[in-house]
Amino acid sequence: MTQPVANCPNCGAKIVFLWSSSVQTVCEYCKSILVRTDVDLKKVGQVADLPPDSSPIQINTEGKYGNKAFVVVGRILYEYDQGGWNEWHVMMNDGTSAWLSDAQSEYAVSFSSKAPNLPPVEQVQVGEQFTWNNQPYTVSVITPAHYRGVEGELPFQYWDKTDVTFVDLRTESGKFATLDYSDPEAALYLGEFVEFDDLKLKNLRSFEGW
Amino acid sequence: MSAGIPPLSASPKPQVKGLNCPKCGAAIVLRSFGQAQTVVCASCHCILDAKDPNLAILQQFEAITHDVKPLIPLGTRGKLRDTDYEVVGFQRRHCKIEGINYYWHEYVLFNPYKGIRYLSEYNGHWNDISICKTLPSVEHAFLNSPGASANYLGESYKHFQTADADTDFVLGEFPWQVRVGEHAVVTDFVHPPRILSSEKMANEVTWSIGEYMYGREIWECFKLPGTPPEPMGIFANQPSPVTTNVTGVWITFAAFAVFLLALMAAFDMSAKKEPVLQQTYQYSRADAKTEPSFVSDEFALGGATATVQVKTYAPVDNHWIYLNYALINLDTGQAWDFGREVSYYHGYDSDGSWTEGKQTDSVVIPSVPAGRYYLRIEPETDPSLPRIAYTVDVIRDVPVFGIYGIAFAALLLPALVISWRAYTFERSRWSESDHPPMQLSSSSGDDE
Repeated sequence: MTQPVANCPNCGAKIVFLWSSSVQTVCEYCKSILVRTDVDLKKVGQVADLPPDSSPIQINTEGKYGNKAFVVVGRILYEYDQGGWNEWHVMMNDGTSAWLSDAQSEYAVSFSSKAPNLPPVEQVQVGEQFTWNNQPYTVSVITPAHYRGVEGELPFQYWDKTDVTFVDLRTESGKFATLDYSDPEAALYLGEFVEFDDLKLKNLRSFEGW
Repeated sequence: MSAGIPPLSASPKPQVKGLNCPKCGAAIVLRSFGQAQTVVCASCHCILDAKDPNLAILQQFEAITHDVKPLIPLGTRGKLRDTDYEVVGFQRRHCKIEGINYYWHEYVLFNPYKGIRYLSEYNGHWNDISICKTLPSVEHAFLNSPGASANYLGESYKHFQTADADTDFVLGEFPWQVRVGEHAVVTDFVHPPRILSSEKMANEVTWSIGEYMYGREIWECFKLPGTPPEPMGIFANQPSPVTTNVTGVWITFAAFAVFLLALMAAFDMSAKKEPVLQQTYQYSRADAKTEPSFVSDEFALGGATATVQVKTYAPVDNHWIYLNYALINLDTGQAWDFGREVSYYHGYDSDGSWTEGKQTDSVVIPSVPAGRYYLRIEPETDPSLPRIAYTVDVIRDVPVFGIYGIAFAALLLPALVISWRAYTFERSRWSESDHPPMQLSSSSGDDE
């Protein structure tokens, strides 16, 4: 991997990586989507301005999950027919990467997980149960979503996608799982819902009048 | 904000948006920043697409009832669970049960960090509601059976009611695509003061958890003028006014009862119960013409001042005997006078056999000092009883249990009152449910 500082191949601005394993980032000046190769950065696309949104979280927001501190380094913004939500890419202080999702101020933290025999999207039905880590997860909703934009650093390349199906699963103990069908092969994320106050977030956006 | 690298995308600070209704031009305020899906024009009752910069009209509804007014005006801020919330939306919904519409109101509360909460109000009863993050589990019994229940975070909720809810009036902003005429099947489970509800729409089920709130608490939270409407009736998850734990009351009662019994046993064991006189006397009317009264043998009462029991046995059979007693201290002349009757009757009538009275009698004289005593006895009998032999027993220091009976009753009474109040409250609560108590189900409608 390269050093954590590089220059934007498009505009020459300095790119500082907050997370050493980032695969993709967005130049904060020219909005170029940059993908790390072995040696240097390669421009693969350009993001449109993100629509105004109401998440109180932003890049560089800091918080705590359990006894680990984290910092927000990137995000993916999704849209579906009932609105939008953010998947904030966070870097834990032990170097691991996680996702803090904010769907209309419902917060959840999840981690990329591995499990054998993940079902193909066309076979999943609401109400169906899966067992991962000895926990029964029930499919609560299947959401056809639309990729709306990216910001900051991501652990994978994510710039040429448009539509994606998400399968959300819940347990009876506050845990949740997401099956991400961005790629033909499903990606599994396991996590849990968290209370805003428990995240002890700092460096949040401020809202006019609040 | 802390120092450091500025946010990569310096997006402008979100602020309350002022827009205009595309239909009538009235001012529209968007209070929940990007979270609203729909916003309602208060003047022409158009439901507008809040996601569309041009506020496309989604639906226009007739507001037949202009008196539908939120008790908490839109835009009011209040503190709920230590968080500031602003009222951004309002809807009225109803369900029809046996041809009658029952209306309730729901308020959408917004905080940009904590998100959305709801308040509901029905006949002066309020609930603070949030969406469940954890999935409840439902016992897949028939929901209409009284045993149906749901489990949420380790607590069991009893099925209360399943009803069809229709939205008939909306105002302000909603985080979902609200429409007038929106239909949902609402199933309520209760564990006072909480209520667990599932709302089933076309293709999704939403679970919410509510906690009962009193109108005065709402008025305090939102600093509203005047007084809240008085609650009518008893609501599904209203906490019982019997705050005392009924089981606890009975456990306390049982503990005291055991204590009393132990005390009684201790006194019974420590009482000497010493027989001091037993004599059998003959009485016949013929002999007693002159002077029926006589005196017993002399006897000694020892120890400290204590009780004296006088027992009388007379084998009466459909007769009576009356004995005028006097316990007299030989030394001081102090006397205790008392009269006792022994009578026993039995017979047979249309209701069967009956008896009345018995052949024995007992009386306890309290606080008799030690000393030498005798009894003066003056019998009288039924004129039809010519002759009888009766026995008199005198026993020193017997325990008296009457006071324990009073203590027992004094403990029992509050326990009964509390239990009765708790029972009647629960009966009223459940009479409004799908599972009314037995006595009311046959006369439904009479209790309204």
